[in-house]
Amino acid sequence: MEAMRIFARHMAVFRKIWFTNIMFNFIEPLLYLTAMGYGLGTFVQDMEGMTYLQYIAPGMVASSAMFAASFECTYGSFLRLHYQKTYQAMLAGPVTVRDIVAGDILYATFKSMLFGLVILVVISVLGQVQSWWAVAIPLFLVIPGLAFSLLAICYTGMVANIDNFNYYITLFLTPAYLFSGVFFPINSMPGWAQAVVWINPIFHSVEICRALALGNINPGLLVHAGVLMVLAALLMPVAVRLLTKRLIV
Amino acid sequence: MSDIVVRAESLGKTYGDFRALKGISFSIKAGQCFGFLGHNGAGKTTTMRMMYGMSTVDEGKLWLFDQSFRLTPPAVKARLGVVPQEDNLDDDLTVIENLEVYGLIYGLPRGESQQRGKELLAFMGLEDKEHNSIESLSGGLKRRLVIARALMNAPDIVILDEPTTGLDPQARHLVWQKLRSLKAEGVTLVLTTHYMEEAVQLCDSLVVMHEGNILAEGSPQHLIETYVRPYVVEVHLPLSQVPENLTDKVANWGGEVTQVLDSVFLYADDGEKLWDNLDCWGLPKQACLLRAANLEDVFLKLTGMGEEA
Repeated sequence: MEAMRIFARHMAVFRKIWFTNIMFNFIEPLLYLTAMGYGLGTFVQDMEGMTYLQYIAPGMVASSAMFAASFECTYGSFLRLHYQKTYQAMLAGPVTVRDIVAGDILYATFKSMLFGLVILVVISVLGQVQSWWAVAIPLFLVIPGLAFSLLAICYTGMVANIDNFNYYITLFLTPAYLFSGVFFPINSMPGWAQAVVWINPIFHSVEICRALALGNINPGLLVHAGVLMVLAALLMPVAVRLLTKRLIV
Repeated sequence: MSDIVVRAESLGKTYGDFRALKGISFSIKAGQCFGFLGHNGAGKTTTMRMMYGMSTVDEGKLWLFDQSFRLTPPAVKARLGVVPQEDNLDDDLTVIENLEVYGLIYGLPRGESQQRGKELLAFMGLEDKEHNSIESLSGGLKRRLVIARALMNAPDIVILDEPTTGLDPQARHLVWQKLRSLKAEGVTLVLTTHYMEEAVQLCDSLVVMHEGNILAEGSPQHLIETYVRPYVVEVHLPLSQVPENLTDKVANWGGEVTQVLDSVFLYADDGEKLWDNLDCWGLPKQACLLRAANLEDVFLKLTGMGEEA
């Protein structure tokens, strides 16, 4: 499969940068975890039968994975498309735009899974994981990884200027992160907002990560996973079309 | 299979309301070095991009290895080597990694890719730069690396879009030398250039392009014989000091005068007689230079950059 050749290129780069890359992505969730969990958490009595730290910890795994996929396919893909012209160089070889998009998505999903795993290890060490089902979390993270990298690469295909990513982060990722059930249960929100949350991909990811961390397995999880899979499946052809427009004239 | 490896028929391209390519036809034989000569905006790069799959064929037809297409399919691209106009090397990787990773894109096994990368570094004289960063390379070295990269898949055709633009003379000669040895190995070279010397040095056959059209086609020698007289006198005088009626006088004698921007050129079949006549046309010999006509004269004449004075 040609996408694996593109992935091999990205991995050749990753082998050089993995340490700084992981450190950078590791610090932010840890800051949230301590500030919210230990700081704010002391004022919170009980969250659906858990301590506040227990409640937000799986959300940190989900959000860390989301940010990893999103950054790779916004800034990372944009640099490869407009500055380094990596895509153009690869496209002269025996590959298609679809292969290039697939290679980028695979790489972003890999990073997403890895950065989620790092935080999972941290919360496990902190004793915030209750069930062995948690080992399934990294596997599950492939699904939101695909969805978030495809969302990001579609946006990358639409914008002409790197400054536009500020909008993606401030107007999409940050609100999606804050109103996703990471920090407070969505049933505390007004009814219309609870409905809107269903189109928020990180909500589904958080629900599954929390359920796995608690060992609270139920058929509803399949619905959450299904939403993310449908989203990814719908976005793939859009991403290919948008990138084709950028690359082939 | 015929020995024609690239063929275009009425190939055109329009971007918005700009017609970049106005229906050109040409064919390139295997083992040839075929040049597209023209200045920026002539349609050379557009033609190259259609060959290597960065641009779609919307008008007319294009065949590579007897296969026509709208967008160059991967199986055809697998047989091409591409040296694009800009050095799109991978800044995140070292010199040797650039080649290795590119080999992987062509589906070479890792070991073979590494091996071939090293061979090509040696071929392009880059052995001692193996572990350098791309950033640390000069323009000439980068260009050589891009050429090495284009050879990773042992291509049948190498497409070079302005391979030596921006290089100093030494670097340019080195690139030419390498391209000649590739040709000697039977590789077909397709190149664009706006350097006349490059076209003369390398091309067996070339087309002169201007504003999306092909104006002439043939070997450099054939073009010179067909389109210009064999001798030229360059007049190095400010236009204000060029005698009036010079054009008429030279024409009456049987020569031709061409003016390119601020320079005047006199053309004739007999160089000696042309030179002897300068005095009586009021041109001081110390401001004049007699030389054989070359491709540049053809180019200036065909593209109308040299207006008939």
